[in-house]
Amino acid sequence: MSRNRPFTPKVLTANLLRDGDVVYYTESDRWSLNLADAEVLEDEAHAQMRLVEADDPAVVVGVYLADVIRTDSGIAPAHFREDFRAAGPTNYDHGKAHGQRPGSEV
Amino acid sequence: MYHYSDFDRDFLAERNAQFRAQVERRLDGSLTEDEFKPLRLMNGVYLQLHAYMLRVAIPYGTLSSDQMRVLAELAERWDKGYGHFTTRQNIQYNWPKLTDIPDMLDRLSDVGLHAIQTSGNTIRNVTADHFAGAAGDEVADPRPVAELLRQWSTDHPEFQFLPRKFKIAVTGSVNDRAVTRAHDIGLLLKEQDGVVGVEVIIGGGLGRTPMIGKTVREFLPLDDLLPYCEAIVSVYNRLGRRDNKYKARIKITVHENGIDTMRDLIEARFAEVKPLFSGVDRQMLAGIEAQFARPDFVANTPAPILDPVLQSFVDTNVTAHRRDDHAIVTISIKKHGETPGDATTAQMNLMADLADAHAYGELRISHEQNVILPHVRRDALPELFAALKSAGLGTANVGLASDIIACPGMDYCALATARSIPVAQGIATRIDELKIEHEVGHLKIKISGCINACGHHHVGHIGILGLDRAGVENYQITLGGDHTQTTVIGERAGPGFAYDQVVPAIERLIFAYLDVRQSADETFIDTFRRLGAAPFKAALYPQEKQDAA
Repeated sequence: MSRNRPFTPKVLTANLLRDGDVVYYTESDRWSLNLADAEVLEDEAHAQMRLVEADDPAVVVGVYLADVIRTDSGIAPAHFREDFRAAGPTNYDHGKAHGQRPGSEV
Repeated sequence: MYHYSDFDRDFLAERNAQFRAQVERRLDGSLTEDEFKPLRLMNGVYLQLHAYMLRVAIPYGTLSSDQMRVLAELAERWDKGYGHFTTRQNIQYNWPKLTDIPDMLDRLSDVGLHAIQTSGNTIRNVTADHFAGAAGDEVADPRPVAELLRQWSTDHPEFQFLPRKFKIAVTGSVNDRAVTRAHDIGLLLKEQDGVVGVEVIIGGGLGRTPMIGKTVREFLPLDDLLPYCEAIVSVYNRLGRRDNKYKARIKITVHENGIDTMRDLIEARFAEVKPLFSGVDRQMLAGIEAQFARPDFVANTPAPILDPVLQSFVDTNVTAHRRDDHAIVTISIKKHGETPGDATTAQMNLMADLADAHAYGELRISHEQNVILPHVRRDALPELFAALKSAGLGTANVGLASDIIACPGMDYCALATARSIPVAQGIATRIDELKIEHEVGHLKIKISGCINACGHHHVGHIGILGLDRAGVENYQITLGGDHTQTTVIGERAGPGFAYDQVVPAIERLIFAYLDVRQSADETFIDTFRRLGAAPFKAALYPQEKQDAA
């Protein structure tokens, strides 16, 4: 990460090992199917520490930090790729994230 | 059709047992993800955006009805009730759980299917003309050759870690329906003095650096096919660049070394390896050929078609068979507004049943993401069409503007830079609203969601490439591509279009074509060849035209 750029808000995301679901890391050290449950990381040092803490290879695959933006209704992905990961594909209304209630931790 | 031998069955059972154990070891922590990833990829298991994806090979696009039913069963038991037919004659399941995949592979093996070498830097599923064995213009059925190549390349010890993936396509017709010139090796079966041989083409490919393959041997005796292919891949394995992923395909090797140097190296290697082939390959080919005997065709006398709706379907979706009383029926998996290539469990089961009832139990999958019944009795066409229509499979659009190839794009694919599927859906829906596609006629629109070009956009009459431009989906349009025996890489028309501007842009292109064509018989591509890109660019960028005035 460039030291010249100001740190922008991020969340930790990955796929579950067993079934591949997109998940987000919460403040309570659990993985949630919902982006809204994610812990928003505002500081680079803290984000790097949480990245290490979250990376449990028995539970998840490919943990990384994804940019988010704050909106009136909460947080939203900063990039459209993360939009699709959070909401599921746009050709069917059956993404695994669809219909999940807030707080559905796994 | 080829039927697995005891050797094939034992090999697959052992391989599946190995993978089951590998999954268990990953889940219990004995294997790290870095150790496990290459193992799962060797068995066709990707981790995509939302879930794992299992890619199952359909060798040379040929399926029995029983195999199709098992593909349907997998979609129902372990996925979300559908499968996605791809541009490489594979089927992909977008939602399997890792823990279920060993069971899926075991079920596939019951009917002689697998996912081996559908990923990784190996020789991938060998593809072929989807009308193989049925087409009237066929010199020789390409499937026995493709099956021989499949057996040779599967688990080939020297070719499991090539510089990059390696794709082979085979056709036995002068009308190339297998896009052979865009493959690492393209094989064209041809006849010379009554003897069938092979024109061997190497170094074709799409992707980041599209190139049309070059002929390395004009007429190779069929007996030399395996040692010659072994020589090609062996030379590539040695020369192919491993320092740069984007320069690792054989097309770059051919480009950098030149076709003449490559030919010399291949011929020299061929001379070395040929004596090592004891002739067992030729015996095997003879045995395989015997398994591809044509069905016992039932003579029939079809009644004249009086129903105009059926006639419309026949006009677009039916191709001449080698026998006058039979037909090749292409089932469009492109109903307007639906996802190209997606078939539900019910649809797959129905197509299997119809294959049994009317087509001697055979089906094919095309690289254009449609399903083919290769041998349909002509007297069964009315009944067949009625059944297809009732299941949403009767769309009469094959070869028309809504018969669009589209890769999964960013709706599913981890490599994608933009979406493809909704662009295809949007274009097809708009074309249907305008009711113009039968007037427009033959038009190939192909869409890729990234530079890897799985949607073959380079060889579309109209190609669409989705990119990420500064965090926004943006679509480049190419014009004049051709996927047939007269392969052409399309030329980029100009600046890209925003997501919501693509459908209007394509609509303008189509109307521009209707305005400038000489007659209804002049196709889009013929018009483009006559006039060049200018009138089409003017339609795409009307503002620039005004500015220039």
